[in-house]
Amino acid sequence: MTIAKTLLYAVLLLIIFAAPFLFPDFRTQLATLWLMIIVALTWDMTGGQMGYNSLGNIFFYGTGMYACAVVGIAIAYPVAEYTNASGGGIYKFTDTQYFLGAALGILFAGVFCSLCALIIGYFTFSLRGPYFAIGTLGVAIAAGELVSNWDFVGGGQGIALPVYPNDLDEGKLFFYFLFAGTGIILFIFLNWMYKTRFGAAINAIRDDEEKAEAMGIHTLRYKLTTWAIAAFFVGVAGGISAYQLIHFEPLETAYQTINLGIFMVVCVLLGGKGTLWGPIIGAIIFQVFKEVTWNYLLGWQWVALGALIVVTVVYFQDGIMGWLKHTKPEWFGIRVEKSADGGANS
Amino acid sequence: MDQIMGNLGLLFEFPVVNLKIIIDGVMIGALFALAAYGLALVWGVMNVKNLAQGDFVIAGGYIAWWVAGLGVPALFGVPLAFIIMWGIGWVIYKLVITRVIERDLFTSLLATFGIAIMMAQLLNLMFGSDTQSVNLGYETLFFFDGFVDVPIAKLIGVCMATVLAICVIVFMKFSRMGQAIRATSQDARAARVLGIDTEKVYAFTFSLNAAICGAAGAIIVMVWVIQPFYGITYAIRAFVIVTAAGLGNLPGVIAAGLGIGALEQYGSHIFGIGYQQAIAVLLLLLVLVFRMIQQRRSRQVLK
Repeated sequence: MTIAKTLLYAVLLLIIFAAPFLFPDFRTQLATLWLMIIVALTWDMTGGQMGYNSLGNIFFYGTGMYACAVVGIAIAYPVAEYTNASGGGIYKFTDTQYFLGAALGILFAGVFCSLCALIIGYFTFSLRGPYFAIGTLGVAIAAGELVSNWDFVGGGQGIALPVYPNDLDEGKLFFYFLFAGTGIILFIFLNWMYKTRFGAAINAIRDDEEKAEAMGIHTLRYKLTTWAIAAFFVGVAGGISAYQLIHFEPLETAYQTINLGIFMVVCVLLGGKGTLWGPIIGAIIFQVFKEVTWNYLLGWQWVALGALIVVTVVYFQDGIMGWLKHTKPEWFGIRVEKSADGGANS
Repeated sequence: MDQIMGNLGLLFEFPVVNLKIIIDGVMIGALFALAAYGLALVWGVMNVKNLAQGDFVIAGGYIAWWVAGLGVPALFGVPLAFIIMWGIGWVIYKLVITRVIERDLFTSLLATFGIAIMMAQLLNLMFGSDTQSVNLGYETLFFFDGFVDVPIAKLIGVCMATVLAICVIVFMKFSRMGQAIRATSQDARAARVLGIDTEKVYAFTFSLNAAICGAAGAIIVMVWVIQPFYGITYAIRAFVIVTAAGLGNLPGVIAAGLGIGALEQYGSHIFGIGYQQAIAVLLLLLVLVFRMIQQRRSRQVLK
């Protein structure tokens, strides 16, 4: 690692730690930004690097929320009674119960979502192209509908989790750093993974799956592993969200297919598919755009978002990183040989 | 669980209940088949998977509901929705779809998803988020001691759907434009060589699809209810039907549409009305898995 790169990462870390203290009014929005970064990066693992465009990654977010909440409640009270009374207010949690429940719940959410990814992936990964997208979208919608009819987890009412035990502002910081920590771990992990043989193998699957198989790559195993890792992080993010939001319900918050489920795809396309930094840049721009439209375009924010999706997909599909790669190839270490007439051939 | 068993028992105890469920299912299935036929048309001709299909249906329904509110006889809403949605479809084609035809499949899926979000929200802003329907004021016929009730409005709806379907089929078979559309779907390049303006054909096909959906929506609003955010389930049902039947297979689309209508009614009778949407989606997954198993078998032969 060069000095410039080390310096860059040090400055970024400093910004990450200082941001919630510099802008104390925006702590929740900053935490949401980290959530967007996490889901965009994990979507890019399958969508950008492996060529499997899933529209159903939101399934892991919702499932993570529920798995985390159920474990978090179960260590103190029977879940069915708790959800029946539909209140965090009636049942009191001690500090230890709260933090132990949250920690176990978030970890369990990640592991459980990985398992779900293995099972669902086994059935859906033989689907190609748009069928995979529609199939996974179907899984997410079906899960939302089924959970909203399942009384054990509160049905359509959802679950109300206990409130953060101490000061509320401290709680916002706590969740910000939980999200930020998860995001940083994910980034370091992906930074390493994309450089290994494993990363090369999933890129090969994207470029030509039949050839990859002929080269001796066990494609299904690679696809399942990648999706399970992605699902782990989305599940963890869902678990943290469950505790951050306190109350959530199945269709609008947990399995929010047309909100977060599509936003993560748009973030990646906006920033640049199949790159490490693209999803992060896309998520930041998207989140800023979203917050601005939500505040100033009362009622029209969805129309603006739909238009952003259409414009991004139709006119700007390479994204910012793709565009930079095209105009400034030397920044990415791609050598451009000047031909005799002075034109550039890459 | 007891309730499910009770509902199942009811089916065997009173066989006429089956008849009622099947009639209801076939009636709504006819409208699903219309939307699915439009989807198959667009999919087959220009390889665009239109996720905004359901929102075209809902938009057509709101047009009919709106003109009925102005005092126009409700039945006129159907041709009016057909014409207005034709125009909207044409505008959407010129703005967006024409640019995604040559692109990969995921692009059209996402772009039409964006259109779907915009349309649903625009309808919500214009007409509010309440469920709406148009009351035609016809009576309901009863058969078998009131076990089977058939509102005349539903019968009219099914008749209009049938007429529309027959018109479209005749048009596709015998008119010059219909032939051009079929030629383009077989081989766009060859069609271009033979002097067919494929760009025009694409625009026509997409507008026709939007118009069919709009008319289907106008029929739906007379018989059932609509709401701005119901669109996505109609799109999913259309996908289920087309995936089950395959492209360019009109009898298959009709059979699958009617079958899915009936299956959904059975499902919501047995498991409760809350599961109706979940059943539609689960049927899609079943069809996909079934198709996959079929393909797997053919792959094994090649080994």
